[in-house]
Order: sequence, then structure tokens, then C-alpha cells
Amino acid sequence: MITILDYGAGNLTSVRLAFERLGETPVLITDASQYQSGRILFPGVGSAASGMDGVKARGFDRLLRDAVAQGTPVMGICLGMQLLLSASEEDGGTQGLALIEGNCRLFDRTKQVDAKIPHMGWNTLRHADHPMFEGIQQDAAFYFVHSYFVTPANPTHVLGTTDYCGESFAAVIGSGSLFATQFHPERSGEAGAQLLRNFLTWEGTCC
Amino acid sequence: MLLKRLIVCLDVRNGRVTKGVKFKGNIDVGDPVEMATQYCADGVDELVFYDITASAEHRCCDLDMVARAARALTIPFTVGGGIRGVEDMRAALLAGADKVSLNSLAVETPEILTEGAKAFGRQCVVLGMDAKRVPVSSAIPSGYEVVIRGGRQPTGRDALAWAQEAVARGAGEICLNAIDTDGVREGYELPITRMVSEAVSVPVIASGGAGAPQHLVDVLTEGRADAALVASMVHTMGYTCAGIKATLREAGIPMR
Repeated sequence: MITILDYGAGNLTSVRLAFERLGETPVLITDASQYQSGRILFPGVGSAASGMDGVKARGFDRLLRDAVAQGTPVMGICLGMQLLLSASEEDGGTQGLALIEGNCRLFDRTKQVDAKIPHMGWNTLRHADHPMFEGIQQDAAFYFVHSYFVTPANPTHVLGTTDYCGESFAAVIGSGSLFATQFHPERSGEAGAQLLRNFLTWEGTCC
Repeated sequence: MLLKRLIVCLDVRNGRVTKGVKFKGNIDVGDPVEMATQYCADGVDELVFYDITASAEHRCCDLDMVARAARALTIPFTVGGGIRGVEDMRAALLAGADKVSLNSLAVETPEILTEGAKAFGRQCVVLGMDAKRVPVSSAIPSGYEVVIRGGRQPTGRDALAWAQEAVARGAGEICLNAIDTDGVREGYELPITRMVSEAVSVPVIASGGAGAPQHLVDVLTEGRADAALVASMVHTMGYTCAGIKATLREAGIPMR
């Protein structure tokens, strides 16, 4: 069973429908007390500060910590990925969940003056060997929409990289039963659908 | 590397896709969601649905169609037409649209761009802009004027200045449609596309005039566009998305 965390950060319609296309019936919850069991999807778009406020107000910070400690598969998407880090530069500095040590930074247009911000569109992913990438080719394209990117302190937490605005940034991170993407698999065609399909059977281990 | 995008636009009139020439005369070409699903399978990168009768009928875009599209599609899509304010934007996004395109409303009530960006994030807010070639003047130094109401009503505003203002107010992307080339199939209007793309910090989608793959090559290179929008090329002229993208790749343009 898939439980989707709804903490008021954007629209969950497309992520719910993506799982429905795979034959799942995801459960959306708005408070940690509603969680029963199974895999957790932690999506979200919007700003870090309001996202983090929503996460804490619903008790999802404790839920995510407990899930990771117990080895429950958890997948973060976009803002849901960025909030896993220790902190973000966004909104004058925002404390994150610190489930993965590191920071979240704004793309610097002085590194590539013709780069558009937000980074919007399809970009290619070089990925590590990990069960979540089963059936996904190197340099497959995924759909991104973001202005901030994560910088994990421990390079082994970087599971995939993408090039933009003078950076080779961490487009996928993970640790233990935690896996997170900056791009939107629910809007990334067949490659994205394959990633979500893999999440349905992933045991929450690295290799 | 960020790839260039091929976008297919579906003009929806009374629930059916139509294709017009310079906003006059329309022919029926099919069911919007069925067509969109086929284009998705054919490799299109993104879709736009314009409910072209919604505005005149004082209603929001067809939300049932948006919901059907959201269920069927695995790629991003934008909806436009008939959006009257933040609540209509919310309804379209909740029905499953990824972005909402604002055109005449943004010109008449530019605050909507700021309100929409604040409520949903600027990545959801697309400025749709129709630009028409006019003599260069002090009021319109770019030589392109913004027109609204489907190209019928001039605004006296400079297209380049409006693009910059709209981005400052909250637009996260600009879909720039050139009225003079729209439906003519002889190529995009490169000068204004390049001017706008070089002047703003957000992605620019070129629209209006595609009739051959080379036109897309031109607008994605010389025109500096981030994405190229086509309609009749794939609806009625027999081109496929896969075929167009193959030509773009051969020309050295990075595509999915």
C-alpha cells in the first residue's frame, strides 16, 4: 500500500493518478495519526519554509523519522526531497528534517548567464547502480521544475546527477530505505512510470 | 543537459480539437484527450489545451476534459482559456493540470500573475502572449504590440516590455504566439522570440508559424526558444512528433 503525505504543499492530483495508472489505490493522509502501514510517498512543491511548517503541523516529521528508522521504503519528490536535508537557503534559511546531512542551494546564474530559472523541462540523469533504477537507461530524461538543488554532505548519498546552470547536481539521493528525486517521475513519461513501478516492489535496501 | 521541448497545442472548441487559420475558420480534427494520448505515445514532451470558446462563454476551461487528460497523460500539460481568477486557476490545477496559461486576463488584471505565483508557485503560471508586428515607435520600441481577445484587440503595449513586466510579477514561463505567422506555416517569428528569450529569465515557448521541422530548428537555435509549439503540423499536415524530433536531433538539437 502507498500512503501519500498531504501537507498542503501543492497539488497531489498528478502523483495520485500516476499510481492509479499502475493499478494502485494510494491513500492520502493529512495527519500522521492517519498512517497505517506500508510505503510512504513524500511529494510537494512550493517554498521550503511553508512546506516545513506543514510537515511539522501534521506530525509528518516524526512519521518520516520513524519510517526511515524502521526501514520502511520512503520516496521523496521535489520539495519532498529538499526537505529531507539538514537545511535550505530558501526563505532566508530553513531547517529541514535532517534525514540526510547537507544543504539546499539556489542555482547561481552567474555560473551560466543564459540558464533559465526555474530549471524547467526534460533533462538527462546519470544514475548509480541501485534497485530503484531497474529498467531505466543511463541518460534517460526526466521532467524537472525547480530553482533550488540539494548538496548532500556525504557523496555516497548521491544516487544520480544531472547537469544544469554550471552544476552537476544531485538529482537523486538516498540512504537506507530513503530514496528521493528532484524531478517529477509522475510527469516523466515511461521512465518516470518505471521508477514509480520500481518503488512498489523495492525492499528499501541499497543493493 | 537540459533538452529542448516539442509541445503540441490542442485548440478545443465545444469539446473537440479544431485548427484555425489566423483565428478565422476552424476545422474539426478530433477528441482532445484521445489525440493527446497518441501524441504522448509518439514522444511529445508537453501538451497545451486551449479552450477557445470558454472566454466568450464566460466560463472556466472544461474541467472534465482536464481531469480526463490528467488521468491519461504521463507528461506535463498546460490549460488555458476562460480563466477568470485565482479560483479558476486552483480548479484547473486540482483537476490535474500542471500549469495554467493566462493571456487577456493577465493584460487586463496583471495582479493575477502575482496572486497565482504566490498561491501555486510561479512554475504553474504561464503568460500566454499574442504579439503583432507594428511600426517601431516610442510607445512600442520592439516593433511588436501585445494583442488580446484572440488577436482582435490591440492594447498599445510593447510585447517585450510586457514580457519583462509579467516575469517580474510572477510568470514562470512565456508562451509567445506571433499573430502574423500563426496558421501561415512559413516559420516562426524569430525576431520577437529571440528578443523575449534573451530578455527574460524564464523559459520561452515559441508559437505560431510552424509548417516544417526546419522551422523548429530555426526557432530553437536562432530564435533562442526553449520549446517550440506546433499544432497543424501534427494535426493535419501528416508530421509525427517522433519524426519532427528525429529531424531536430539530426540538426544537433538535444531532444528527449
